[in-house]
Amino acid sequence: MSEGNNMDKAGHNNNNQGEKVDKSRPRFQLRLFVTGRTPRSQQAIQNIRQICEEYLSGEYELEVIDVYQNPAQAREHQILAVPTLLKELPPPLRKVVGDLSEKEKVLEGLNIQPKERAGTQERNS
Amino acid sequence: MSNADEKKRTLEKTSSGIPGFEGITHGGIPHGRPTLVCGNAGCGKTLFGMQFLVAGATEQEEPGVFVAFEETESDLKTNVASLGWDLDTLCEQNKFAVETINISSEEMIEAGRYDLEGLFVRLDAAIREIGARRIVLDTVETLFGAFMDAHIVRAEFRRLLRWFKDRDITTVVTAERGSGGLTRFGIEEYVSDCVIELSQTVSGQTTRRHLRILKYRGSEHGTNAYPFLIGQRGIHLFPVTELGLDFPVSEKRISSGIHRLDEMLGGKGFYRGSSLLLSGTTGTGKSSISASFAAAACARGEQVLYISYEEARTQIIRNMKSIGIDLEKWYENGRLGFHTERVTTHGLEEHFFLVKEIIDINKPEVVVIDPVSNLLQMGSPEEVKNLLTRLIDLLKSQGITTLVTELITGGHPLESTSTEISSLMDAWLLLRDIESGGERNRLLHVLKSRGMAHSHQVREFILTDHGIELKDVYAGPAGLVTGTARYTQEAQEEEQRRRRIEEIERRKNELERKRKLKEARLKEIETQFQGEEEELLRAIREAEQEEEKFSKTGQQRKKMRGGS
Repeated sequence: MSEGNNMDKAGHNNNNQGEKVDKSRPRFQLRLFVTGRTPRSQQAIQNIRQICEEYLSGEYELEVIDVYQNPAQAREHQILAVPTLLKELPPPLRKVVGDLSEKEKVLEGLNIQPKERAGTQERNS
Repeated sequence: MSNADEKKRTLEKTSSGIPGFEGITHGGIPHGRPTLVCGNAGCGKTLFGMQFLVAGATEQEEPGVFVAFEETESDLKTNVASLGWDLDTLCEQNKFAVETINISSEEMIEAGRYDLEGLFVRLDAAIREIGARRIVLDTVETLFGAFMDAHIVRAEFRRLLRWFKDRDITTVVTAERGSGGLTRFGIEEYVSDCVIELSQTVSGQTTRRHLRILKYRGSEHGTNAYPFLIGQRGIHLFPVTELGLDFPVSEKRISSGIHRLDEMLGGKGFYRGSSLLLSGTTGTGKSSISASFAAAACARGEQVLYISYEEARTQIIRNMKSIGIDLEKWYENGRLGFHTERVTTHGLEEHFFLVKEIIDINKPEVVVIDPVSNLLQMGSPEEVKNLLTRLIDLLKSQGITTLVTELITGGHPLESTSTEISSLMDAWLLLRDIESGGERNRLLHVLKSRGMAHSHQVREFILTDHGIELKDVYAGPAGLVTGTARYTQEAQEEEQRRRRIEEIERRKNELERKRKLKEARLKEIETQFQGEEEELLRAIREAEQEEEKFSKTGQQRKKMRGGS
């Protein structure tokens, strides 16, 4: 929660660049479409940050877009349901809708392998 | 105050843009409320929505947004371009916009609670951009099918309709016909103001389309299944209405194009604006007489519409040329219009529409329909009669002279026609052929012709290379005499006549001869008499002289004897 507050673009790529000699951008490009500061949107922001930190630490870029402020983006990305998490990279393109409280589904949508998940869980514990 | 209340209570309606629809709904669809248009795929739902928006944009100063859940913007524009709607221009003028909602559920996973605020935001932006007063959602199934959580979508859909209503936006929602209920997702539960059903039935190769108003809260509406047509100008509805019989009639007479037929019709032909029926068995010359009639009208400078359910234009022109009727020149100078198609292309109602549409555009003074009996393929005799009644009333009400032909089968009694329309018609000509002496010949009767003295005689008619000729027929002990037999009969009569004339001449000559003989004899007698007379007179004179001499001698002798 406190992490999520101060950023629209979560800039974990600095760590990333140091660790991996990958491309300049992180592996996961994510956009989260929300509606202002409604509780459900706040919930979604919090949930995705937790998941990202837990599973994709240093490997992701997250942009939070308020559809009220930016309807053109909603149109461009064909957003109907809010919140919607859009995984642009790595392919394939995926949309995960909802407040992202169902963690399993979110991981499925992000195409994070169970093996990888098990590994990170071990590391975390 | 009560006045204002009254106004509020009466439902405000707005034009649907569909000709005929306003008539059955007393003014159109409810203004500022949602209307549901449901039906199976391909029955015209999208077109209904599009026509509604185009009418709003072009006639009502009401810009509209088409929310396309299924088709892309370019597909939509291409599809309606054939109807003469230039959506690009309307878009540029900010009178029309398409919002494409592309939902691919396979790339979507649901993980927690959500709402459809994204859809609202986008529609709100689209509506604001052009100040839309009308919106079409086509078709909402896609929305319902895209999300797993049906409760959320239902609640959001309900909210969306209320949202439109609050903004006073007139909404048309299209939905697929469901197998159980009216629509697959029970959308009719949410749209309670006006529900319209479009349907189509295919029989044979013909599609019939119908529109029905299932519900119209707070308004009267027709309850029939109204036939409609997707024509050159979009959806056309034709409510079944009866035309009155109080149209003006003409005293003017027009030629049938056949001189002797005009003679049979009191010497002047048909009444202008009347309806004529030409019944006949196959090959009796119905089309020829029709063409002759059409050509005569063109020659008078009138506009003619020739509707053929049997032959192509080129074929009609060629065939008529062979009997000396030149339709081509009239076609080329625009006086003669053709509408040719198989009856099976459309349902009965569509034919009615099409004819009406063409008449509205072409404004003909004479219409030929050849033959109406083909319509029997498309419906029962009763339906066809009903259709023709309306068609003929329509044409008569516009003062159009109509000639319809009808094919009758050989076994039919003369007094009834297969379409049973003879009672509607002002004049009824019957063509039939009779077989005798190894040939078939054509006969024409005038069975009826209202309002004029007409011949009750039968004529034989002959197609020559310079048009149609009518001939007298001969009634003999063996029945009517036509064709070669008629020629024989004619020759015999001619011979008899010639003989009669010769006989008269002969007698006259004889008389003359006798008179001359008499005169010659008289002269001879006279001459003879004169001769005899002269001779006798001479003899008389001689005798008298003799007598005188004799008496003188006697006196002298007496004197000499006696002297006393």
